[in-house]
Amino acid sequence: MGANTRGFANLLNTDGTFLSGAINNTSVSGITDLPTAAKSDLVPNIGYGLGNDSAMEHYHGARSGVGVFDGTYDAYCFTFTNVRPVTDNVEFQWGASTNNGSDYAVVKTTTVFDAGNNESDSNNFGYDTGADLTQSSSYCRIARNVSSDSDHGVCGELWIFDVASTTHVKHFYSVVSANDRLDREYKTFVAGYLNTTTAVNAVAFRFASGNLSTGNIRVYGLK
Amino acid sequence: MGQATRNIANSFTTSGVITSSAVNNTSLGNITDLSAGGSLILLSEQTASASSSISFTSGIDSTYDEYWFIFNQCHPSNIGPNFDFHTSTNGGSSYGTTATSTFFVAYQGEGGASSALTYDTGNDEAQTTVGVTLGGSGYLNDESASGILKFYNPSSTTYVKHFISQMSVTHGNYTYECQNIFSAGYFNTTSAIDAVKFQFSAGNVDAGTIQMFGVK
Repeated sequence: MGANTRGFANLLNTDGTFLSGAINNTSVSGITDLPTAAKSDLVPNIGYGLGNDSAMEHYHGARSGVGVFDGTYDAYCFTFTNVRPVTDNVEFQWGASTNNGSDYAVVKTTTVFDAGNNESDSNNFGYDTGADLTQSSSYCRIARNVSSDSDHGVCGELWIFDVASTTHVKHFYSVVSANDRLDREYKTFVAGYLNTTTAVNAVAFRFASGNLSTGNIRVYGLK
Repeated sequence: MGQATRNIANSFTTSGVITSSAVNNTSLGNITDLSAGGSLILLSEQTASASSSISFTSGIDSTYDEYWFIFNQCHPSNIGPNFDFHTSTNGGSSYGTTATSTFFVAYQGEGGASSALTYDTGNDEAQTTVGVTLGGSGYLNDESASGILKFYNPSSTTYVKHFISQMSVTHGNYTYECQNIFSAGYFNTTSAIDAVKFQFSAGNVDAGTIQMFGVK
């Protein structure tokens, strides 16, 4: 009993709270269910509120060391909520870096197709040969012809897989819903791979011309 | 008191580590957030049982920028109806928010004879208030619709409200066909949307579950 008491006391702070060593995997092995609010496999990492930024860069250690972008997670998800440009009729796009953001020129090959419909019910659907990339170091499309109207924006997500791999190319896909300059709704699908076996350690989001006006970009890791 | 002390002591190893019997589900019942936890928060789950519609009239607010709805085996009572998404700006008193959307589908019959990828002009919307079609389903016992809807920033009073969905549907009624259905669009309002409703265009939602998650 004395040994137990001493051991117990050594795992408590003076205010009575448990030190980290007090609970380990064995301690919680009897837990088969967590309260609803505590469940998930999509781990939030960092959020970026946009305000007239030329670009949003995410790299490992971003924002005072908080940002994570390495082999911690097998997949990263970037979500876009009402990302809006300063300039009307511009492409929303992203690039990847293997040199911590010195440049975002990783070579990539992609496919692009989209479905559009405007408020007068004029629609189109098809593969966009003008937007796909073939072994290109250019930025990659996420959304086309984005409107700068005050109530418009880009909503959706980009997934990038196994960014830290030094064996494989890095696959990705994005899907977004966005308003274009003619009040057309566009759902755009892009997929492809970053053709490098070097670890990718930074990404940047921008509009092809002008700044990011408003909106949010959040980063998640899939555990 | 002596017994309580002994019980407490038995919950620890001699080195002071908490044993497996000392922590159970109830012990963690007050945990509503984990700093190392995830971001998908299950807010509500509803199971259909010959339901005319499935509505979520609470929990849609500014707490989350993004909401996910997971449809699991939604099965209609009638032959071949659409599965529709409606929104409300008055807590569900009425539905009919104006929407514009796109809709395309890839399908393949079980016999392999009918397959295509095509835009469906009959199921997109252009400034209508009739609700947005996300998919459909055959009504035979083993047919249903499953998928996911992502709904962005519904409480914004600045932006229109975008959504993206993808559903896998068994839809052939007597010929059996797999359909992969993609819809997206926006509800053209800058008022906050605070309630949503899902229903088949004819008949009831006989069975199935719909979960609503907040993404933090």
